[in-house]
Amino acid sequence: MWDFPLFPSQASTNAPRLDALMLFEVGVLIFFSLLIGVLVVGFGIRFRRGNAVDRSNPPTHSQSMEVVWIVIPMILSILMYAWSTQLFFDLYEAPADAAQVDVVGKQWMWYLQHPQGRSETNELHVPLGRPVKLNMTSQDVIHSFFIPAFRIKQDVLPGRYTSLWFQPSKVGVYDLFCTEYCGTNHSNMIGKVYVMEPADYEAWLSEKGVGPSQAEEGERLFVQHHCAGCHRGSQTVHAPKLEGVYGKPVPIQDGKDVRFVTADDRYIRDSILLPQGEVVAGYEPIMPSFKDQINEPDLLKIIAYIKSIANRETSQ
Amino acid sequence: MSAGPNATEPNPHDHIPAAASNFLTRYVFSTDHKVIGVQFLFSSLFFFAVGGLMAMVIRWQLAWPWKPVPILSQWLWSSPGLGGQMPPEFYNKLFTMHATIMIFFVIIPLLTGAFGNFLIPLMIGARDMAFPKLNMFSYWIMWPGFVLITLSFFVEGGAAEAGWTSYPPLATAARSTPGSLNGQTYWLLALLCAGISSLTGSINYITTIVMLRSPGMKMFRMPMTVWALFITALLQAFALPVLTSALLMQTLDRLAGTNFFTPVGGAVANAPAAVGGGAPLLWQHLFWFYSHPAVYIMILPGMGIASDVISTFSRKPLFGYKPMVIAMGAIAGLGFIVWGHHMFQSGMNPALGATFMLSTMMIALPSAIKVFNWIGTMWGGRIQYTSAMLNAMAFVSMFIIGGLSGIFMAATPVDIHIHDTYFIVGHIHYVLFGGSTFAVFAGIYYWFPKLFGRMMSERLGLIHFFLTFLFFNGTFFFMHIVGWHGHMRRIADPTVYEFLRTPGVVGMNQFMTICAFGLGASQLIFAWNFFYSLVAGPVAGPNPWKANSLEWATASPPPYYNFETLPRVYHPPYEFSVPGGEDDFLPQTTPLPDNITLDPVMA
Repeated sequence: MWDFPLFPSQASTNAPRLDALMLFEVGVLIFFSLLIGVLVVGFGIRFRRGNAVDRSNPPTHSQSMEVVWIVIPMILSILMYAWSTQLFFDLYEAPADAAQVDVVGKQWMWYLQHPQGRSETNELHVPLGRPVKLNMTSQDVIHSFFIPAFRIKQDVLPGRYTSLWFQPSKVGVYDLFCTEYCGTNHSNMIGKVYVMEPADYEAWLSEKGVGPSQAEEGERLFVQHHCAGCHRGSQTVHAPKLEGVYGKPVPIQDGKDVRFVTADDRYIRDSILLPQGEVVAGYEPIMPSFKDQINEPDLLKIIAYIKSIANRETSQ
Repeated sequence: MSAGPNATEPNPHDHIPAAASNFLTRYVFSTDHKVIGVQFLFSSLFFFAVGGLMAMVIRWQLAWPWKPVPILSQWLWSSPGLGGQMPPEFYNKLFTMHATIMIFFVIIPLLTGAFGNFLIPLMIGARDMAFPKLNMFSYWIMWPGFVLITLSFFVEGGAAEAGWTSYPPLATAARSTPGSLNGQTYWLLALLCAGISSLTGSINYITTIVMLRSPGMKMFRMPMTVWALFITALLQAFALPVLTSALLMQTLDRLAGTNFFTPVGGAVANAPAAVGGGAPLLWQHLFWFYSHPAVYIMILPGMGIASDVISTFSRKPLFGYKPMVIAMGAIAGLGFIVWGHHMFQSGMNPALGATFMLSTMMIALPSAIKVFNWIGTMWGGRIQYTSAMLNAMAFVSMFIIGGLSGIFMAATPVDIHIHDTYFIVGHIHYVLFGGSTFAVFAGIYYWFPKLFGRMMSERLGLIHFFLTFLFFNGTFFFMHIVGWHGHMRRIADPTVYEFLRTPGVVGMNQFMTICAFGLGASQLIFAWNFFYSLVAGPVAGPNPWKANSLEWATASPPPYYNFETLPRVYHPPYEFSVPGGEDDFLPQTTPLPDNITLDPVMA
């Protein structure tokens, strides 16, 4: 019955580093809990009423003792703070070469889209030893993407993108959970993560034939939703061209001032859904909103397309 | 205000007001702080039983998923198609309402409402609160809350089921979950009532403590319980307005079509898209800006109670009185700047996360001062094992576990792994049951003679304590282990997880559930002891524990005017075992013997 491992399996580069910190904290916890427990019970027995022991000069205060029990916890706290901060920052900054997988959560399933074009539901296939960055959003309520074996978790919010990254270190099948309570069937919002050898992963990607990539799909949607009509060399409508825009600062008209905003996923998403919000300086706010017309996975495809043309020269 | 301008003139506060004229104004709509305290005590203990029963039904589902709950299943969910199984919606309502009731209708009203009302005027030597009518209001505004929260189970869709944290859009979108149809609105309004009660109460406590202390009762002569309640009242007065506005904003989002918390085009469950433009994260910031200080609202009074109980039953002065007060202030101050640690994985800027991590880690320092000073108090004492003392000792040892498991949450990368798992559930119960509830038991055992003039049975008290302590640890300890392995909180169906079907986890869950039933059953001993002693306990006399603070200087139970003449205070309440004295205690109303000078940290 007690055949139970001490730690859940470690399957990412982050897991052993985090478990080391965790073990240190467990040590601190056990040490102080035992210390306090032994002192409470020990003093309780030794100084019980009627027990004849030396009670001469029982102190009622002591500055040096107060200093000791402030300084020792403080040193430990600062040590743990430095250790945690380092891990936290590493956990936040995805490596530049990380492959991006887009994730959309909804009641009660996960939709995952690989850049090569293949998408899947409640399953995520990733290659071993390569960093993967997840770019996530939700279609309805807040969800949370949790892979215990990787020791990572990130809330998935409607209306914005959050991200997390990991580097799998062990081939296998791991649990994927939604951990932010999201309604009646929250407990059924589960999935599996398959860590595969890179060769197997390539084979898996093209298993169902090589279709259009995510960016190519995005380009098709770009045309289908008539974005191309204005944003691609129209003579009648004055609209900014989108080549070479992604990741660069764009000037925004803000009253009489001009401020700069980076054209990231968030900016592109907001420009599609709330086009009057941040209009590029020099253009009229004439674009209609595409709210309710493009769903979350399609938005991500269009963003992928705009990202794919980031290195092209602007045609103006 | 505490003493007249001329000492020879009669103190205007020595005037004894007329007694309430009839039964209704004396015992029901009373402005007497003691009656109001007892009213808070009884209604909170009633809801304690309700919330506890809910917890047991939750534990049943976790240990034996989908097995019909004995007895209850027939009349709680009647659909024959379910075959006695608990519907997942019902489970979701249970954990939502268990937490809501325990936090907002049990622990906070018990600690601040019951103990705060009863003790503050008695311990500082006042006749009543500064605003007696406001005080009465602060109790009776709880009743719309009680009614609304109970009624919410019977509206269409049933009670709220968005969790006690009520994160939008789950809580605001009407069709996201059945409880968000109507129940959530009732939940919001009930909390609004509870919040107004706490707010009016806290204003009253602050004013009373600042203005109505009896002659000689300097701030640094107040018992730790009063200090704790004072700092708690400050926390409430500054944090509650934020929660109140957040509750109103969510109510408006639900009823008036505002979009404070709805993102652009937000649509849930195929409902038409909202205009949106708000931010779901805003709610989390506002909610935790109150609800993190609320954790300290629920633990600081417990610290005060433990300090007084441990000092009294160790027959020894409290170790480092002033550092203890300063530590409590520091905990409260830091409590305002740590709310972000509930949101480390919500996608906030890591620089901000690191700041919240630092402030959270710093809370360990004043907490360490407190814990070691309690131990210093016991050091070299003459310890009496009363039920109150044992519960206070349990408070110290369990609070240290609950507090230290907090560093796992403070360290961001670890928190990211354990967030929303049973580790958190274990942690919060070590703080709120192991901490607050043991302190509440200590307080009830300690002040019961003063409240009702009769003693509780010590033998039953000891049995109750040992069983509670044992079953408490059995119930909550293993939550840390299953949580670390990824056992999520708030899951109606634990069988869908392969990991949760392994014999080790199933065994632990069943063990925890059996202990939870034992924990619940142990409280029957307490209930019997409480009600039996109420009518048939031995008469207590004014000072059964030989304690120093002012409430023991008057009759038990105290008359409606508390004191014949306002007592004069000569020293802090911790002068136990003063050398040269006849007795091992020295009431605050007795001057110090000539040959004794107090050290500067104490006086």
